[in-house]
Amino acid sequence: MGQNVQLSIAENTQNSIKTRTSIIIENGRSHMVSEIIEGLKHAINLIISGDPSVLDATFRSIYVSGSATLLVTVWSIPLGILIGYKKFPGRRIVKGIFNAMLGMPTVGLGLILYLMLSRSGPLGILRMLYTPYAIIIGQAILITPIMVSFTANAIEDVAPEVKDLAKTLGASESQASLAVFKEALPSIILAIVASFNRAIAELGVALMLGGNISGLTRVLTTTIALETTRGNFELAIALTIILLLIVFALSFVTNMLKRE
Amino acid sequence: MRRILPLWLITIMLAVIISAAGTSYYISSISREKRTLVISTTTSLYDTGLLEAIEKRFEEKYPIDLYFISVGTGLAIQHAMRGDADVILVHAPSKELKFLEAGYGVNRKIIAYNFFVIVGPESDPAGIRGLSVEEALKKIVDAGRRGVAVWISRGDESGTHTKEKILWSYAGFSWSSLKDEPWFLETGSGMGKTLLVANEREGYTLSDIGTYLKYYGAGLIKLKVLVEQGKELLNVYSVIAVNPDKVPKVNFRDAMIFIKFLTSDEGQKIIENFKVYGYSLFYPAVKLLRENVNSEVVQWIKEYAYFNGTECPVKYRREYPELYKD
Repeated sequence: MGQNVQLSIAENTQNSIKTRTSIIIENGRSHMVSEIIEGLKHAINLIISGDPSVLDATFRSIYVSGSATLLVTVWSIPLGILIGYKKFPGRRIVKGIFNAMLGMPTVGLGLILYLMLSRSGPLGILRMLYTPYAIIIGQAILITPIMVSFTANAIEDVAPEVKDLAKTLGASESQASLAVFKEALPSIILAIVASFNRAIAELGVALMLGGNISGLTRVLTTTIALETTRGNFELAIALTIILLLIVFALSFVTNMLKRE
Repeated sequence: MRRILPLWLITIMLAVIISAAGTSYYISSISREKRTLVISTTTSLYDTGLLEAIEKRFEEKYPIDLYFISVGTGLAIQHAMRGDADVILVHAPSKELKFLEAGYGVNRKIIAYNFFVIVGPESDPAGIRGLSVEEALKKIVDAGRRGVAVWISRGDESGTHTKEKILWSYAGFSWSSLKDEPWFLETGSGMGKTLLVANEREGYTLSDIGTYLKYYGAGLIKLKVLVEQGKELLNVYSVIAVNPDKVPKVNFRDAMIFIKFLTSDEGQKIIENFKVYGYSLFYPAVKLLRENVNSEVVQWIKEYAYFNGTECPVKYRREYPELYKD
């Protein structure tokens, strides 16, 4: 019943890999450069051929992280402006808290939210675990401090000068604050882009809250992790390159916007 | 400066459109009246690709979406106890028994088996090639203490790790005291990662055959199988439904459809025909046990993975008596 099948596995597998065309590690030297080049070729092939599972993960990554970013903009931009513009007691402490939260470990955040959203957790009734919404919420919490801190800094950088200048020119208080906002806008856009990049490149939250379910919550980073554990390094590198392309493309567009 | 605002608006609108499209796509994909079943599974089953083969056939046959969450056996059981999974697929009989005894699991069925292997560098500094498990582990400890060999342990409470602990105590050692010795390294991560570490450090490790073959076949590791076969290295996979009395709202009905599919001739055939680099990774167990074939392996499975002479004691069975007609 198969007890004897596995004798001399090693030799036979050795023969079977000779027929493969992909990279093989020889002489104990791993050809990292060639692996990356193979990955690049593979990535281009995947994009051109429109591999459905890759497109699916890519689209879902953009959708999930885009939604999280959009959601976070609603509260983080006003909060960042408030912290950067208004002088109120405890402002430094609030800012310090957000700055400290920039270093939040994603797996830890994922675990805490998993315990909350689990069916036996306090929010289990929402039945949200292992859905894209769970990842959106997790990523939203993850990137809130980034957007708040960056926005606050952007406002602080321009506020005193622009405000004084506007007032000298006879602007009212609200006109002056609008001028500050306009001046800081490019940096605020950068804050939003940085938040999106953080969300789309993040693994811990997507893995713990989404569960990496094929066709439902599988995003680029969780696919990369899965294919890595499966030993499909080429595919994992190809997906990494796709992820980087998204991030680069976005940064490029932002720079174009900023220049105008 | 002026032109930023309209462009900025376009960006926002694009983001809104993408979000709306994604959300409606997601909602339409779940509202097709499809039933869903969440299965927490050990990584060795998912990462080899077997479950995807099963999922494909199952979803053709039934209007049920299978959601596999690939984690270690320890975490799979945690998921089930918290109500986040409807079924578990695991390979650690001692943990499974505790899971049944705590009242969380019902209708356990043994679905497949294979063998763990002890792998190590070609040069084999501890000289274990072809030895029995007990002898081999003793030699590795010896060589490790002399500073010529290292052992790489999973250390993550997975099924493979549980097996490793059993093997150490079988050879007369205790994993928890060995792990503090300098030649004994714990990766705390999955099988693939552990194999890569063992490969880099030219160490020995215990592996399931599936992950080893995938990595060896892909040229990622050069470790060789040094000890294989034998009763001690037996690896038995079981499926267990979560008890709806203990964990309300689990999808028990569909869980049982899945279990019946896995144990049916069709499901067992998929397991048998699943190959990686031309090798069968899993051997179907249901027919073997039902017909009580008089073979060594059946004897081993019974000794290793039966509880009181049965794969599922009567008090942990719930409806579906046809699963256990002997």
